[in-house]
Amino acid sequence: MSALDKDTVKKIAFLSRLEVPEEKLEPIAQDLSKILDWVEQLSEVDTDGVEAMSSVAEMTLHWRKDEVTSGDQPDLVLKNAPDQDDHCYLVPKVVE
Amino acid sequence: MTKLTNLTLASARDGLKAGEFSAVELTQAHIDAMAANKDLNAFITETPELALEQAAASDAKIKSGDAGAMEGLPIGMKDLFCTKDVRTTAASKILDNFIPPYESTVSGNLKKAGAVMLGKTNLDEFAMGSANITSAFGNVKNPWSADAGKDLVPGGSSGGSAAAVAGELCLAATGTDTGGSIRQPASFTGIVGLKPTYGRCSRWGVVAFASSLDQAGPMTKTVRDAAIMLQSMAGYDVHDSTSAPMDLPNFEAALTGDIKGLKIGIPKEYRVDGMPQEIIDLWKKGEDMLKDAGAEIVEVSLPHTKYALATYYIVAPAEASSNLARYDGVRYGHRAEGELKNLDDLYCKTRGQGFGDEVQRRIMIGTYVLSAGYYDAYYAKAQKIRTLISQDFKNAYESCDVILTPTCPSAAFGIGENEDDPVKMYLNDVFTVPTSLAGLPGISVPTGLSEGGLPLGLQLIGRAFDEETLLRTAGVLETAAGFTAKPKMLGA
Repeated sequence: MSALDKDTVKKIAFLSRLEVPEEKLEPIAQDLSKILDWVEQLSEVDTDGVEAMSSVAEMTLHWRKDEVTSGDQPDLVLKNAPDQDDHCYLVPKVVE
Repeated sequence: MTKLTNLTLASARDGLKAGEFSAVELTQAHIDAMAANKDLNAFITETPELALEQAAASDAKIKSGDAGAMEGLPIGMKDLFCTKDVRTTAASKILDNFIPPYESTVSGNLKKAGAVMLGKTNLDEFAMGSANITSAFGNVKNPWSADAGKDLVPGGSSGGSAAAVAGELCLAATGTDTGGSIRQPASFTGIVGLKPTYGRCSRWGVVAFASSLDQAGPMTKTVRDAAIMLQSMAGYDVHDSTSAPMDLPNFEAALTGDIKGLKIGIPKEYRVDGMPQEIIDLWKKGEDMLKDAGAEIVEVSLPHTKYALATYYIVAPAEASSNLARYDGVRYGHRAEGELKNLDDLYCKTRGQGFGDEVQRRIMIGTYVLSAGYYDAYYAKAQKIRTLISQDFKNAYESCDVILTPTCPSAAFGIGENEDDPVKMYLNDVFTVPTSLAGLPGISVPTGLSEGGLPLGLQLIGRAFDEETLLRTAGVLETAAGFTAKPKMLGA
């Protein structure tokens, strides 16, 4: 049931923002299908009434004062930027 | 004089204190070993000058009586920990030029304790792998390769750390473990690897893979060293809301050598089909050693074990796909070259070029199981089974204190093997993943050699935040096993 076709892989790749060359779509479809087939075994487990677990940390988050504790360091923040100008990140033109 | 690279953290600490050698001498000996063993490819970035500077500062501190708990001890740092002004790559092309302007809490804690950083160790890209064959900086070679007559994987993802410790290029190294990435390479290289309880060490500044599972821990030559190093790594951190606001016990003091009356659980479900006889035998041997030391052996049941791996391979990629969304080519890291039509084109090209195949595979699996129409069938289902797996352990700990299992289903395999099928590679983690899903502490202790003369480890699993009992039991197992074998390359 979980066999993925090339078009589905293309769609997932775009959702993931990954450029995948055409010739790799088929092998990836096979790999992903294999993995999905294998995890299919989970459907046999009865999970009615079981709560979903998102964290093992059995703790409530602490409150802290809503104070500014750091900031005002644009040079450090931008230190690794691929392209920047005047303390702003530069990206390709997004508005035509 | 014994070779300085033969020392443990504990014996080097004592030697420094007694003035038998200096931190600079100790550090230089390891820098020489690193230079002589570059073929292991254990390090992505070496920092010898920085290390010697730190060592000189340590010598001054030792002299003035201000020594920290790990003063002057040279270690490797997995290249997943952000280190201020030292390149941090996560073994990915997408971060190959990233120089963090800040220090991770764990590496900062070790620095504060006086540890000397020799360099950043190799790993699977973004810690995704079990063989250290997905690094953008090349495979790591297991120091035991000469013993097998072929190039072996060191395990993964903390393969560089494991190889560096086993090959005596550093006294100890940091690792991180999401589904077995400390324990499995420790088993493959004949060293000790401890994954602490989730929340024991801060995740702040550790490049994220799966945030509900990632946990840093020590990779060392001995159990005592694991206790020493954990002490310096762990602790509450205001920057990580999932770090545990608890005081730390004295882990080294827990190594009393006495486990009389302790109940050791043997989970019957870990006797998986097709498990090699030598692994079964080793497991039984471990059981006998603990029994001889006065522990009581009880059978326990972890009924959902067989579903743990599949659960993990939904939960971990789902979290990874979300965590790795941050690599956008805008703020830091690699940006695609050439003509870029628009912002989506920038994202897709940058990520397509920057991430390796396994990382892309996991991002896509994660994206798929989180996508509309599949979320309940895959992700929510897996989260529910995670609850059942965690509950299994809680039930088991009603009748035992520590659980004993094999660490891995095999010894180290050759580079190039198990690569044809992703699921086959995932099976390496069958015994380590359940512990991770339940957030429990686990330790791999080298216990014996395979028929082929390669190291095999056994895993002990403790109750949440009971690393003390875990380390105490591991210490007894270590003493009883008397594992002293060393790889041929060390000329032993």
